[in-house]
Amino acid sequence: MIELTRQPIDDHSLTQLVRRSNCGAVVTFLGTVRDLTGSQVTVALDYDAYPGMAEKKLAEIEAEVRSRWPVGDIALVHRLGHLEVGEVSVAVAVSSPHRADAFDACRHAIDRLKELVPIWKKENWADGTMEWVHPAKAEGGTRKTE
Amino acid sequence: MMQAVRVRLFARLQEIAGSDMLELALPIHSCVQDLRTALRDQVPKIAELLARSQIAVNNEFVGEGAPLSANDEIAIIPPVSGGS
Repeated sequence: MIELTRQPIDDHSLTQLVRRSNCGAVVTFLGTVRDLTGSQVTVALDYDAYPGMAEKKLAEIEAEVRSRWPVGDIALVHRLGHLEVGEVSVAVAVSSPHRADAFDACRHAIDRLKELVPIWKKENWADGTMEWVHPAKAEGGTRKTE
Repeated sequence: MMQAVRVRLFARLQEIAGSDMLELALPIHSCVQDLRTALRDQVPKIAELLARSQIAVNNEFVGEGAPLSANDEIAIIPPVSGGS
C-alpha cells in the first residue's frame, strides 16, 4: 500500500496493517523531523510533492521490493505539508517470514524512496529563514547517514 | 512550426521563477535537450538548478534525447529531498 497524506501518520496502525500470520518479522522505519543539521537548527519542515509521479514512484518501489524479497505486506506513506520537529514525515512498514529479509526490504524501500520520489522539503530555520533542500548527488559508493 | 509546451515547476525552481508553470514555444520535433536550452534562454535565473535537475515527461524520468509534444505533461524535477 502506498499513500501521500497531509494527516499525521499513524505508525502503529501501519505496523499492524502489514502483519501476517506467516510473517515472523515486521520492520517499521519512521523518518522524523530532526532539529539539527550540522550547526543549523530546524524549527519545522514543509514538504511538497509532484503528486501523480510521486505515487507512481512509490508504487514502483513497492513492486520492486515485492519482486526481490518474500514480503507478506508493505506500506509506504509520506506526509506532505507543514511538520514540526519530532513529527513523522515518512513511514515504511514491511513484514516477511524472517527478519533478515524484513530489514533488507525495509532498508531498500526507504533508500529508494529518498532517491526516486519527487518530494521536496523546505527547511524552516531557527533564524527565520527558509530554504528548499536540493542536495548535490553523493558520488558513487558514498552512503549518507540520517 | 512551433508548439506551445507547458512545464511544471516545484520547490526552489518555483520560487526562483515566481510561478509553478512556464509556457514556452518550441519547434515541433524538439527534444528534452532543446527544452533545457529554451528554458535557460527564457529564464536565466533557473539555469544553475536546472542543470542539476531531471526532466519528467508524463510522470517518467527521460533522457536528453526524448521527444516532446504539446500534449505531454512536462515537469522539471530538481534534486529530491523526501524521506527525512
